[in-house]
Amino acid sequence: MADISNSTSTNSAQAVKAGGLMAWLEPQQNRILVLAALAGIALALPLILNNYAMEVMSSVWFYVVLCLGLNIVVGYAGLLDLGYAAFFAVGAYTTGILTSHFGINFWLTIPVAIFFSICAGVIIGGPTLRLRSDYLAIVTLGFGEIVRIIARNLEITGGASGLIGIEKPSIMGFELNEIQHFYYVFLLLAILACFISYRLQHSRLGRAWQYVREDEDAAEAMGINRVGIKLYAYVIGAIFGGVAGCFFAAKMTAISPETFMFQQSVLILLGVVLGGMGKIPGVIIGAFALVLFPEVFRELGSMRILVFAVVMLIIMLYRPEGIWPAKK
Amino acid sequence: MALLEVKNLMLSFAGLDVIKDLSFSVENGSIASLIGPNGAGKTSVFNCLTGFYKPNDGDIIFDGNRIVRKKPHKITKHGMARTFQNLRLFKSMTVLDNVMSGMHCRTKAGPIAAVLRHGAQQREEAETKKFCQECLEFVGIPEFEDHISSNLSYGNQRRVEWARALATKPKLLLLDEPAAGLNHDEKQQLIALIKRIRDELGITILLIEHDMGLVMKVSEKITVIDYGQKIAQGNAEEVQNNPKVIEAYLGKEEEEIA
Amino acid sequence: MSLQDILLQQLANGLILGSFYALVALGYTMVYGIIKLLNFAHGDLYMIGAFCGFLVLSLISAVVGDSWAGLLCSMVLSMIAVGLLGVLIQRIAYQPMLAAPRLSILITALAVSMILSNSVMAFTDGEFLAFSTDLGFDGVELGNVFVTYTQIVLVAAAAILMVALYLFVHKTLYGKAMRAISIDKDACRLMGINVNKIIALTFFIGTSLAAAAGIMAGSYYGSIHFFMGFVIGLKAFTAAVIGGIGSIPGAMLGGLLLGLLESYGTQIPFIGTEWKDVFSFGILILLLVFKPTGILGQTEIERM
Repeated sequence: MADISNSTSTNSAQAVKAGGLMAWLEPQQNRILVLAALAGIALALPLILNNYAMEVMSSVWFYVVLCLGLNIVVGYAGLLDLGYAAFFAVGAYTTGILTSHFGINFWLTIPVAIFFSICAGVIIGGPTLRLRSDYLAIVTLGFGEIVRIIARNLEITGGASGLIGIEKPSIMGFELNEIQHFYYVFLLLAILACFISYRLQHSRLGRAWQYVREDEDAAEAMGINRVGIKLYAYVIGAIFGGVAGCFFAAKMTAISPETFMFQQSVLILLGVVLGGMGKIPGVIIGAFALVLFPEVFRELGSMRILVFAVVMLIIMLYRPEGIWPAKK
Repeated sequence: MALLEVKNLMLSFAGLDVIKDLSFSVENGSIASLIGPNGAGKTSVFNCLTGFYKPNDGDIIFDGNRIVRKKPHKITKHGMARTFQNLRLFKSMTVLDNVMSGMHCRTKAGPIAAVLRHGAQQREEAETKKFCQECLEFVGIPEFEDHISSNLSYGNQRRVEWARALATKPKLLLLDEPAAGLNHDEKQQLIALIKRIRDELGITILLIEHDMGLVMKVSEKITVIDYGQKIAQGNAEEVQNNPKVIEAYLGKEEEEIA
Repeated sequence: MSLQDILLQQLANGLILGSFYALVALGYTMVYGIIKLLNFAHGDLYMIGAFCGFLVLSLISAVVGDSWAGLLCSMVLSMIAVGLLGVLIQRIAYQPMLAAPRLSILITALAVSMILSNSVMAFTDGEFLAFSTDLGFDGVELGNVFVTYTQIVLVAAAAILMVALYLFVHKTLYGKAMRAISIDKDACRLMGINVNKIIALTFFIGTSLAAAAGIMAGSYYGSIHFFMGFVIGLKAFTAAVIGGIGSIPGAMLGGLLLGLLESYGTQIPFIGTEWKDVFSFGILILLLVFKPTGILGQTEIERM
């Protein structure tokens, strides 16, 4: 017994030494304090930023939603999805088509988009999640391409030029048409995404994802249906992407197939890997880096993906847990 | 009444017969063993029982259900739990989290409950935690619940596996070489623990073991297999004196060893 | 053209396309067989092969010309160069990751793929380059169908490479070591096989075959582009899965089959060329649902 208490105390002493900030963040009230401060800053930002900066920040919150969605698939369930942009496209095109061709109210398109995202998730995930994880990676890659090609070639999706004139949504007669409005919409979505991610991670389902990620066979032996659990992750990720797509269409009022290329999926994945797979603060940092880096280093232009790819390689080789430090 | 009945089980990989026409049964409330020399096919039998291998032919009846060719997680839900020959803990998770994996198939909360955290979900989480703490208590390591499982000693990691299996609320517990890597004292504790699981929790036990001493001490019925076939069956004394068993274990020149 | 002519024409097209797929699929399958890694960068190495061939050809064409001799020289040189690049990638990026979780090595491979394609994009400004050769337009007429000598030579060259590979894997000691490693790496180490050397050799061969396909495709289609490896990487993977991943004859068979399926598939009404990729990915998904082990693949048995 003496041994045990000894080793725990040295452990915690090391933890304090290793990361003062992380140790300070350990108690719940400190964390709530930090979150409240950050939320306050985020809410106040429109007062001090110009329109250009507002655009960039809206984009940051938007990528936070997408990255958190993909994080459920990659970070929580340990599945590599290389066609995540396809779900984003499903949501964007559902809203685009329903509002511009059928004049349906924007808010009503969201449940429809969720429905289609679930369908797409089940159709792709259902059969492939039984197989080895690398098959899923390549099938999702193929699926991403299929969705883009379909969008390019159908009349209803507007072909290669895409859809234009998508109606801006309004809340009780108040039309969302300025960048400030969308800033708050995306901020709200990002907060909601954090909340849902957090609750999922710390639940029966979240634990099951971790079991399956660590040892599939042992998890299966403990009575966990690995295919079912992975499908949950895949479909929930799809819903995040789909809903983000709806709001993307509403903000841009125009969408085209090129927005949903393979590079888009890779960018979202990069955000997840960069900050730290499976860790909400890490993924948020990743999304920030993803959007802000090219804005700060504008002269890089089309080289930015190259720089990102090199960074991704270095992270995988030397710091696989990402920017955000791992627990313990 | 037999809790588990294996009838004419056949398993072959790439034309090689691993299990040949194997039949045996485990009585409800008993402690039974499956023994045999290295490579006799013991673990393969376990893998067939728990659904990890699909036998080519034969039948497995567990608690009145045909479980042959069912998925492992469904079999666990029917009430069969197992431990692994080489530890298969969720290494980076805490001991309590490890044990809670066993309760997964006995609980229901889905994604919506997780997000809403309504009363039923909170009750379920609390009950899960409480039951798993009891399981840790039962195997004798309640003080380690917040430790990362891979930091525990080998003997204690084995106990975590046991607690995890108990948390599935099994009717039958399959133990794959539970004494492997344990010292003499730990083996004595293991024997006591096996008996307590049966006597206090009423769980039937089937174990695979190399350690003959341990098998002879705890089991009421022993099935001996070699090359995937049953060669003997009976209580400790009957099996020990069976010439076929002696031959399988020691080879034909047993007088040299004696 | 009669139906028969169309069928014959598509047979020729399908064989060419199928040869390219098969050559690329071979590398996929060999690497997967030996270290169980889906090398996402493999399609990009095909692209690098095409650019390397282009570069070498423009350097040596003054001496040997840009006809068959020039093409052959540049092909051999690029196969060696790109093969070495493949080994380098394996050493830098994959070797340290072999013990890491599967997800990590897949992401690493993806990063390598992005680095390769985006470097070439940076050098070429994302433009198409004309891969000009002087191979002539002569050929033979089969009924109403005209098949050029170039097409015949390319298919024959692919066939020679594949036969050579098959003989290498099945008749030499190195080939035997490769097959042994794919079954049990640790046992091979104990038997004194230099596992790292054989893995490097596998990468070298797989990558140089992809490079060969890249040069052949470049000279056949006449233009090269930094993004040309992306779709063929996907298709070659499909081909490898059709044949049964890990199986070398499977990759050849799968490649040819996919090439033929695509060229005939585009003749079916309502499946025009714009739906070609949807058609092959559709096949991939259906295949994974119904027969994930492919035609010649074997079911894996996991030991607990």
